[in-house]
Amino acid sequence: MMTLMPKAMLLVAALGLSACNNPDRFGAGGAGAGGGAGGAGGFVDTTGLGDPNNPTSIAYFNQRVGDRVLFPVDQHTLTSQAQGVLAGQAQWLNSNPSYAVIVEGHADEQGTREYNLSLGARRAAAVQNYLISQGVSQNRMRTISYGKERPIEVCSTEACYSQNRRSVTVLSVGAGA
Amino acid sequence: MSRLPPLFRALAMGLALWLPNATLAQNGPLRIEITEGVIEPLPFAVPSFIAENGAANEYAANIARVIAADLAGTGLFREIPREAHIGQISSFDAPIGYEDWKAVNAQALITGAVSASGDRIVVKFRLYDVFSGQQLGEGLQFAGTPQSWRRMAHKVADAAYSRITGEGGYFDTRVVYVAESGPKNNRLKRLAVMDYDGANNQFLTDSSTIVLAPRFSPNGNRILYTSYESGFPRITLMDVGSLQRQTLAEQPGTMTFAPRFSPDGNRVVFSLERGGNSDLYMLDVASGGLNQLTNAPSIETGPDFSPDGSQIVFESDRSGGQQLYIMPAGGGEARRISGGQGRYGTPVWSPRGDMIAFTKQNAGRFHIGVMRTDGSEERLLTASFLDEGPTWAPNGRVIMFTRETSGAGGQSAMYSVDISGRNLKQVPTDGAASDPAWSPLLP
Repeated sequence: MMTLMPKAMLLVAALGLSACNNPDRFGAGGAGAGGGAGGAGGFVDTTGLGDPNNPTSIAYFNQRVGDRVLFPVDQHTLTSQAQGVLAGQAQWLNSNPSYAVIVEGHADEQGTREYNLSLGARRAAAVQNYLISQGVSQNRMRTISYGKERPIEVCSTEACYSQNRRSVTVLSVGAGA
Repeated sequence: MSRLPPLFRALAMGLALWLPNATLAQNGPLRIEITEGVIEPLPFAVPSFIAENGAANEYAANIARVIAADLAGTGLFREIPREAHIGQISSFDAPIGYEDWKAVNAQALITGAVSASGDRIVVKFRLYDVFSGQQLGEGLQFAGTPQSWRRMAHKVADAAYSRITGEGGYFDTRVVYVAESGPKNNRLKRLAVMDYDGANNQFLTDSSTIVLAPRFSPNGNRILYTSYESGFPRITLMDVGSLQRQTLAEQPGTMTFAPRFSPDGNRVVFSLERGGNSDLYMLDVASGGLNQLTNAPSIETGPDFSPDGSQIVFESDRSGGQQLYIMPAGGGEARRISGGQGRYGTPVWSPRGDMIAFTKQNAGRFHIGVMRTDGSEERLLTASFLDEGPTWAPNGRVIMFTRETSGAGGQSAMYSVDISGRNLKQVPTDGAASDPAWSPLLP
């Protein structure tokens, strides 16, 4: 459990910052001044947590089971490859019931901002529904769409777009939280 | 329009050619030369305003510069540089030596004076039609705090623009937008508001959370936007004066986004996503009452009201790809208005009521375009790797939007373009910027 502490603290830090409501903070400085929580309230960096050789660790889930699936252009249907990854996720989640889940849906940059929010939500819901169908309790899961706001690859070609059209299953401690 | 001297009627004629709907005189000499789609801008002169006391010195020249920048920035006017001026304005009430201004081909002349005392400055101006040798309209006077000198300059420019073109101005306005920093894969966003020309920038939030697509209330006092402050996307209402904010229509397990005020400011139309499906809802701001407007498995988003509040234009992929639809503001049957190739999104109703601006995605390119409310007369105004999110100037003549460049170093900037497709230019901001929304004309 000790290895999970940094992540929990990071979440608290992000919420603490965003709860501040002092207008004087916004009077000066360029965009980015006053930030410092990575610019993504609610975003959880799940890399490198725990020992990937420990089959109950988040690192094991992320790296061995696979925390993400990819989608075709403008689609939210699950490929057979995606279903394979998600079946593994469901099996792991059913064996490790103490983790809560946030399913993130993402889109590539080839679309308008609001449509991509909706598209990301469709992708997250498709993943959540598949996990439910595999026995994962809905009470453990929430979905969130980031639209095109959080690309992981930055080039403007299909090589990057294909990696950005994704859902990511993000774990945190405390089932049903 | 008939009381205007021929010269100015001529410019109005030029405007009428751009705007099929303009109700301007169709007779008289056409003096605006249109060659291969380029309008010959009307030459004007703005000598430094007269400082009527010592304290007014610092404002007198600057106000004239802002007026000149406003007018020249429209693309409809060309400034005769001050170095070329022969005529001297010795006092605000001295007779105009029209011959001196004719000699440098200044067809419009704006003169003015500033006085300053304590926390108050007074700005006066007059507009002259040089070639007919007469004043155009009455002189006007504006008073305000020294800090608002740019606003008074914008008001002078709005009055001159309006008298010459016969249309409303758009210079004394603000733009709320998202200021961006950081690389593409770790972008920081914060709300900011500035004058339409980039001056007087003020940040409204820090960058600790994602903020998207702010929109002004009809009187400009409040802003709606989408915030991830709670960890999940929620529409948020901010009071511009106090920066107090509240989450609207909060329903656990849902995402709310794409909000817009009704023209009376009492209602908000927005998208609510539940279980992966986005539909349109109406919120009564005072009572919190929610009314579902659409109920379909497709994506319904990007709603905007008609100026009379009776209809809503929105985008939906119910027929496959994104297309534009119009329905009654209370919900009900929607008719599709877009019909060309490609995908259409982010529709915004013109303040004049006759046009819809939109984002079009076709063959790997993005465009800002306009069409009539029945979908006819579609015209694309821009083309680039990624243009999106148009917003109208309050006079319905200029559109501002987001343009993002491609690749790892891709950055967002805001651009404006005339609805003729002319005068495309970047809006000056300190850093990267996106999602502009134009305020109404300030009171």
